Amino acid sequence: MATLTLDKVSKVYQARRAAPVLAVDAVDMAIADGEIVGLLGSSGCGKTSTLRMIAGFEDVTSGAIEVGERVINDLLPAERNIAMAFEGYALYPPLRVKDNIGFALLRDRQPRAEVDRKVKEVAALLEIESALERYPPMISAGQQQRTSLARALIRSADVFLLDEPMSQLEPQLRAVLRARLKDWLISRKMTTVFVTHDQTEAIALADRIAVMEQGVLQQLASPEELKERPANLFVASFIGEPPMNLFAARVDRSRSDLGLVVLDDQGEKAFRLDFDEAVDGLADGQAVHLGIRPHRFRLGPGPGAVDATVVSHSWLGDQTHIGLERAGTTFILVANGEVHAAIGDPFTVHAPMSAIHLFDAETDQAVFHGSEFRGSELRG
Amino acid sequence: MQRQTSLGRVVRVGLLTMVGLFFLFPIFWVFLMSFQTNQEILRIPPSLFFEPTLHNYQVLFSGRLETQTGTLEVRFMQNLMNSVILATSSVALSLVLGIPAAYAFARFKFRLGEDIAFTLLSFRFAPPLLVLLPLAIYFQQLGLINTYTGLIWVYQLITLPLILWIVRGYFEDISEDIEHAYRIDGNGWFKTFWKIAIPLAKPGIAAATLLSFIFAWNNFVFALILASADKQPVTVGALAFVTASGIQYGQIAASIVLSVTPTLALALYAQRYLVEGLSLGAVKG
Repeated sequence: MATLTLDKVSKVYQARRAAPVLAVDAVDMAIADGEIVGLLGSSGCGKTSTLRMIAGFEDVTSGAIEVGERVINDLLPAERNIAMAFEGYALYPPLRVKDNIGFALLRDRQPRAEVDRKVKEVAALLEIESALERYPPMISAGQQQRTSLARALIRSADVFLLDEPMSQLEPQLRAVLRARLKDWLISRKMTTVFVTHDQTEAIALADRIAVMEQGVLQQLASPEELKERPANLFVASFIGEPPMNLFAARVDRSRSDLGLVVLDDQGEKAFRLDFDEAVDGLADGQAVHLGIRPHRFRLGPGPGAVDATVVSHSWLGDQTHIGLERAGTTFILVANGEVHAAIGDPFTVHAPMSAIHLFDAETDQAVFHGSEFRGSELRG
Repeated sequence: MQRQTSLGRVVRVGLLTMVGLFFLFPIFWVFLMSFQTNQEILRIPPSLFFEPTLHNYQVLFSGRLETQTGTLEVRFMQNLMNSVILATSSVALSLVLGIPAAYAFARFKFRLGEDIAFTLLSFRFAPPLLVLLPLAIYFQQLGLINTYTGLIWVYQLITLPLILWIVRGYFEDISEDIEHAYRIDGNGWFKTFWKIAIPLAKPGIAAATLLSFIFAWNNFVFALILASADKQPVTVGALAFVTASGIQYGQIAASIVLSVTPTLALALYAQRYLVEGLSLGAVKG
């Protein structure tokens, strides 16, 4: 339990006779004592490399990693006082599950009875009591993964690293264990960094999520903030299910204080949204990406209205997904509850000002979030 | 359906028997020869029926061979001992040198690493005869000719690449994360090598040891040139039965039977490790 700081940490892989690969690019991260941070990103985004640098399995090419006040760059893994659960489980095959879990404690010469008690406690948390007396090759992948997780959780380390800790578990168990794991981590104030490509898991478990892409930390923020104020186009499109609707658009102030002309694939006008509120920092004619989350559309006419046609419709039992089309541009709407619509029907929706996200077309950086404009409307 | 399967079984058993006979026949024939006199061996047509004699084995154990031209001294037992010393020591030395090297090649990427590994493998490409003459001259000058040290050194050409490359493959198959887990639990790299890597690669090490032992045991040409009678292994020692008064086929057969026995015993003993080696996949999770 300590703070963990990454200061401009980079990792370059230099394979023989090949161009160097920049896997992690100047990542800055300050993780508070007892905070749970999820590293989220697609495969090859540098999240696992980051984790392995913290653990000490990869050299840090440049930058500094600090645990508490201590720079750990050049320490051996054994000297870092870090615990880790491995994606590939990495259990010791000749040891029983309980000895795998208690391994580090037994190594530190803690009394056997004390270790057994702790092993039982963590095994109960992860529901692997029945496997304790068995050997790793004899138990299921899910049990092996939980054993690996237990082996990390039982230690009293400064920092806990969990690499895809629940990828092999079935969905129901995963949901239950996520909540329990979070309680366990919070109650023991365990500073934790975990890697996942599952955003539901990241949102459920993490205090803050670090979204990574191509080795660059895109945004480190709470789940709410990632949804409401994504820092750039990548974060906006990556977070959220179904993903955010994105349109190429142009700012046009000729008819209203904030007019947005949405363009189709050919760059022709598809439709326009008009709002009566002026926004600073947007030039007339500026090319932008317009983002609207599917569940932020409102049904019926209003400011920012679009008259569209229904192209797909599915009722999922708790929400309705409706695909809409207007002049060659398609987007998706999620409505809570059942909304009846037949394919081909005309359908009018509007996007309130608070639902609008704008990103600069050249830099992909966010230039405006509607939620900032009218924060009170956010949770409506 | 039933008929087809039983027919298939008969065909399979028949084919397997034929293959087995084909490969085992020479050994079987040598085994029979070792209990025959030279006259019986050279009889045409050969016959499976003869009066077995232990004379050939008596000669090997007593070390004295009576021929028409006089009594010959046979050093077979010493040759057998030489084989044991040479094969065991060179395999042991190769294990000490090769396993850490194999681990390094498997785990660490370093400058020229692949080149060094390949160079070591290439020792097996060159025909031994090519290097023997210069080697013999150097050994003469260094005083290494006809010494165990010199022979064990040269035998590294046979055993070291084999152990290095087989064991390296096994190390590469072990999940690196098991070692990482052990290290992050508070252990240094040497302890990780000793307590995790070596035990997990044990089946591979056993297989490599067995193979290189057999290769070292069967080596002929190095010892023929670099050693004289008192340091020669059985492979070269059997030449002594090509005598002035004729070739002693019976004794050659008996010495083959005796010299095959240790490697056969070792192979049977190591079999279970080889089987374990095949099931290593279960460990990888």
